[in-house]
Amino acid sequence: MADVTLMKTPAETALVQAFESARTALPGQAESRAQAFEKFAERGLPHRRVEEFKYTDLRAAFREVAPFAGIPSADEAKAALAGAKALSGVAALQVPFVNGHFVREAVDFHNLPENIEIVPLREALANGHDWLAHLSPIPWASENPVYQLNTSFMADGVMIRVAGPVAAPVHLRFVTAAASAVATATRILVVVEEGASVTLLETHESTDGANHQPNDVVELIAGDRTNVQHVRVNAEGDKALALSTLAAKVGGEAVFNSINVVAGAATSRHQVFALLTGENTNLRVNGATMLKGTQHGDSTLVVEHGAPHCESRELFKTVVDGEATGVFQGKIIVPHHAQKTDGRMMSAALLLEEGCAMNNKPELEIFADDVQCAHGATCGQLDEDLLFYLMARGLPKKEAESLLVQAFLGEALEFVENEAVREALVGTVEGWLKARA
Amino acid sequence: MLEIKNLVVQIEDKRILNGLNLTVNKGEVAAIMGPNGSGKSTLSYVIAGKEDYEVLDGEILLDGQNLLEMEPDQRAAAGVFLAFQYPLEIPGVASMTFLKAAMNAQRKARGEDELTTPDFIKRVNAAAAQLEINKDMLKRALNVGFSGGEKKRMEILQMALLQPSFCILDETDSGLDIDALRIVSEGVNALRSPDRSFLVITHYQRLLNHIVPDTVHVMHAGRIVKTGGKELALELEANGYADYRESEAA
Amino acid sequence: MPAVQETIDQVRSIDVDQYKYGFETEVEMEKAPKGLSEDVIRFISAKKGEPEWMLQWRLDAYKRWLTMKEPSWARVSYDKIDYNDIYYYAAPKKNPAPKSLDEVDPEILKTYEKLGIPLREQEILAGIEPERRVAVDAVFDSVSVATTFKEELAKAGVIFMPISEAIREYPDLVKQYLGSVVPVTDNFFATLNSAVFTDGSFVYIPPGVRCPMELSTYFRINEKNTGQFERTLIIADKGSYVSYLEGCTAPKRDENQLHAAVVELIALDDAEIKYSTVQNWYPGDAEGRGGIYNFVTKRGDCRGRNSVITWTQVETGSAITWKYPSCILRGDNSRGEFYSIAVSNGMQQVDSGTKMIHLGKNTTSRIISKGIAAGKSENTYRGLVSAHRKATGARNFTNCDSLLIGNQCGAHTVPYIESKNATAVFEHEATTSKISEDQMFYCQQRGLSEEEATALIVNGFVKDVLQQLPMEFAVEAQKLISISLEGSVG
Repeated sequence: MADVTLMKTPAETALVQAFESARTALPGQAESRAQAFEKFAERGLPHRRVEEFKYTDLRAAFREVAPFAGIPSADEAKAALAGAKALSGVAALQVPFVNGHFVREAVDFHNLPENIEIVPLREALANGHDWLAHLSPIPWASENPVYQLNTSFMADGVMIRVAGPVAAPVHLRFVTAAASAVATATRILVVVEEGASVTLLETHESTDGANHQPNDVVELIAGDRTNVQHVRVNAEGDKALALSTLAAKVGGEAVFNSINVVAGAATSRHQVFALLTGENTNLRVNGATMLKGTQHGDSTLVVEHGAPHCESRELFKTVVDGEATGVFQGKIIVPHHAQKTDGRMMSAALLLEEGCAMNNKPELEIFADDVQCAHGATCGQLDEDLLFYLMARGLPKKEAESLLVQAFLGEALEFVENEAVREALVGTVEGWLKARA
Repeated sequence: MLEIKNLVVQIEDKRILNGLNLTVNKGEVAAIMGPNGSGKSTLSYVIAGKEDYEVLDGEILLDGQNLLEMEPDQRAAAGVFLAFQYPLEIPGVASMTFLKAAMNAQRKARGEDELTTPDFIKRVNAAAAQLEINKDMLKRALNVGFSGGEKKRMEILQMALLQPSFCILDETDSGLDIDALRIVSEGVNALRSPDRSFLVITHYQRLLNHIVPDTVHVMHAGRIVKTGGKELALELEANGYADYRESEAA
Repeated sequence: MPAVQETIDQVRSIDVDQYKYGFETEVEMEKAPKGLSEDVIRFISAKKGEPEWMLQWRLDAYKRWLTMKEPSWARVSYDKIDYNDIYYYAAPKKNPAPKSLDEVDPEILKTYEKLGIPLREQEILAGIEPERRVAVDAVFDSVSVATTFKEELAKAGVIFMPISEAIREYPDLVKQYLGSVVPVTDNFFATLNSAVFTDGSFVYIPPGVRCPMELSTYFRINEKNTGQFERTLIIADKGSYVSYLEGCTAPKRDENQLHAAVVELIALDDAEIKYSTVQNWYPGDAEGRGGIYNFVTKRGDCRGRNSVITWTQVETGSAITWKYPSCILRGDNSRGEFYSIAVSNGMQQVDSGTKMIHLGKNTTSRIISKGIAAGKSENTYRGLVSAHRKATGARNFTNCDSLLIGNQCGAHTVPYIESKNATAVFEHEATTSKISEDQMFYCQQRGLSEEEATALIVNGFVKDVLQQLPMEFAVEAQKLISISLEGSVG
């Protein structure tokens, strides 16, 4: 165990105590948990002086640590899910989690759609399972303190195997319904086998007014010639401190598209770690973030082109209102052997009110010479001339602003193929703008 | 009826309009001609309510309403339409979406019901056909990737759909070839009516062969310096603006 | 484009030895005892005949430095520096403070002749193009050995002299401005410099004066085991203008030498300072032995309204470069510009960029950075653009492009873009690519060799920045870039 005296803040001390008291009760994998926690404890909660957390100081954000949520009763789970709204109009296979725990009663294991298998993680950890070997697919992700915390505390989740084309989307629905603050640590593993395809939806909702602390990790291993569409919606409650990580390892000639839409939480940080391991793969990672009040939203992205001839496109749009703060940190890494890489990353931010702020840090780290890589970053207000043009056509100012903001965010949503999903996302944007007006 | 009285306007400490007086009656088509830098475009922006201009003195009344106290969208709802010299491109906003938003916003401001989608589409199609605007153009983002002529036709389409009572055409002929000029002019002429006035701002007489004005005003150094009938435009075409420059200097 | 032809000729004429300034000058030197202590600082201060306040300033800095930790940087690695194994003061023994050129050691004069630095005014005046006169302050290790055109400049009211002299002659000006842009406590190397700086240039342009000629300082490290700690202070008073150039070279040696300079620029209302650097310190050999550690703090303060500071740099030398010439845009409507070409080859490590800190209203900044990495070098652009709460209407445009030549080097871009004001508009774009095969083929098809084609295309790549340099410097810089890239193709 790490030296407890290294810990400084009450939250860090509380995390040590939480780990000490929970470790024996947590299912399986005791050794890897201990290792992860030890690594975490060496440095503690990351703060401003830690480069990757320069703009999101978790030491300051974690004033106290919420207790980890227990397993809800069947009735509690049912009630919680009944109130869930995110992407509810989209026909999909529901895989729900309440308070961080998989609601297995909600899944009809005997009648799963073709080409899909689901294994509850809790049982797998406790009893052992072949697929567990696939956990932690990206070696360098385990250096990340948020990821380490999830590995230390992960209590539940599912493992999904996709063996061929899956028609309907798979909806991972996370609902935290506790009245007082709880922490959760869920882990999802999705293995998409060679040539298979699937659409993954992920929604996160929690009750307003409580300082919930979700920390979830989705790991994806997509084989050669796979096609994976991933849509994530953060609709967390207004006091939540939401941390999340997507770690994706993608093979050759594959297509992987991911978008994260942020409309909730007091403080959020979504990390995307992507590693491309085969040639001719096409990666797209987008973000559409809407922040108001004193919200803080961080999108952090690391893409490693681990193979030649791959193309990646990253487009992050952030709208900041009130006194909110937006953060984008993106890094494209191209090692020596990844020749013919084509990588383009763009972050654009709209600042709507005087008191808001945006921090952009787009990075390129390039060791191969035959590449085309670029990044861009802009931040500024809505174009005055466009506003005038719209108003001269009779649109009131707020409406003109809304139309421009929608168009601005819309660019990040465009690639979502599933029409029902895309419309629901546009609806989320409209809802946010209505609440603003 | 539009009345402008003693309008004094500056931008960044530079005086552009110097006590301008102008009246455009209901149903009248008035042309404003003048050399570059005489303040023609400034006048159009000030009537429509662009922010950067500082109005130091004077008033602008449209049917008795004081436009200077209104936001640009309120002016639009009151009937002011400005066809921009350089229409703006708005990426991500489909032309149809934009047209619907604008039409409904104005209807709402006038206390009318929103258009139903079929009704809206019917109106757009009718107006678009006349201006030779195809469906593809309407599907694209507003003005993005449009040619100069397409942009101007899109402006006139909006004018046709929004049915304003006071239309300003700011150098609408600039950048148009002869065919586009014809289409645009026909579009404008079709909208001429006893209830609608036009202010046609142009540098050249060419446009006025197509849109024949009732009155021609000559603008120089931020003022109307001469007013006459349509023959005044021909006179200017023959003699240029030199006379007015000299008279100003004298 | 004649300059391109010149580049090609230069590339052709290169033999094995690429660094042509690597010779050594035999001069008898007087040195302070090796290592760093209060006594050494007192020794330096006494040698310079400094007043008591200056000595105190140095000693305070030294005390502070002792409490500081040497920084460790993300992308720069080097063996630990032993600060007690360095000479902090080395001056020619014969007449360390010459009154005129006749008193300067002829060996030193020969050195500058070899480097192509004109020190004799009459020769310069006899030159072909007298309108392009440049006043030079020549710093040899720890002392200034000659400053030209002092009298003519004095007629215009311009003060241009070694800073050691200015401390004695204009103590009030120095006191008012020294350390006002780069505080004594700013960073490890700036604090070290504050304690031990030996010489450098002082420039003061009075109100309303347009400096009648370019000013320049030429730095030469000659002595072994010597660190160079120069200090430059330039003040452009209201409505004045000055263009200043800085050049530097050093002999080839197997051990590393430390160069830790501090440059402070102050522009008052409506004043403009252009500061250009061609940095060509010895970069070390192909295996990474030797070379200068160039750890420099350069910062300009646009203190007055409508003031302008422009940094232009061509970085080809040094084993390690760590510098971020920055602008604090304090005055309303002030403008900061940064134009940079950084070429790295062999085992060189470059970590350079700028900071544009927008504090005043309607401040604007522009950053154009061109990085070229070859060999096994690492070339990083690191930059900060920030708008503070009150920086209404701030504007920045940044363009940084990197070019990789060969598959063993690295090019990295690390921008930090922070806006706390909604009316600020920042635009940043960056690209990394290689020389296009189509371009190469086209050039080769027209008869250029691969190396010539590379030189031609690289010159095109850096053109935007070269254009910012004064004419002769641009030509010099273009040659340097080609020389630095010699051997990188194929």
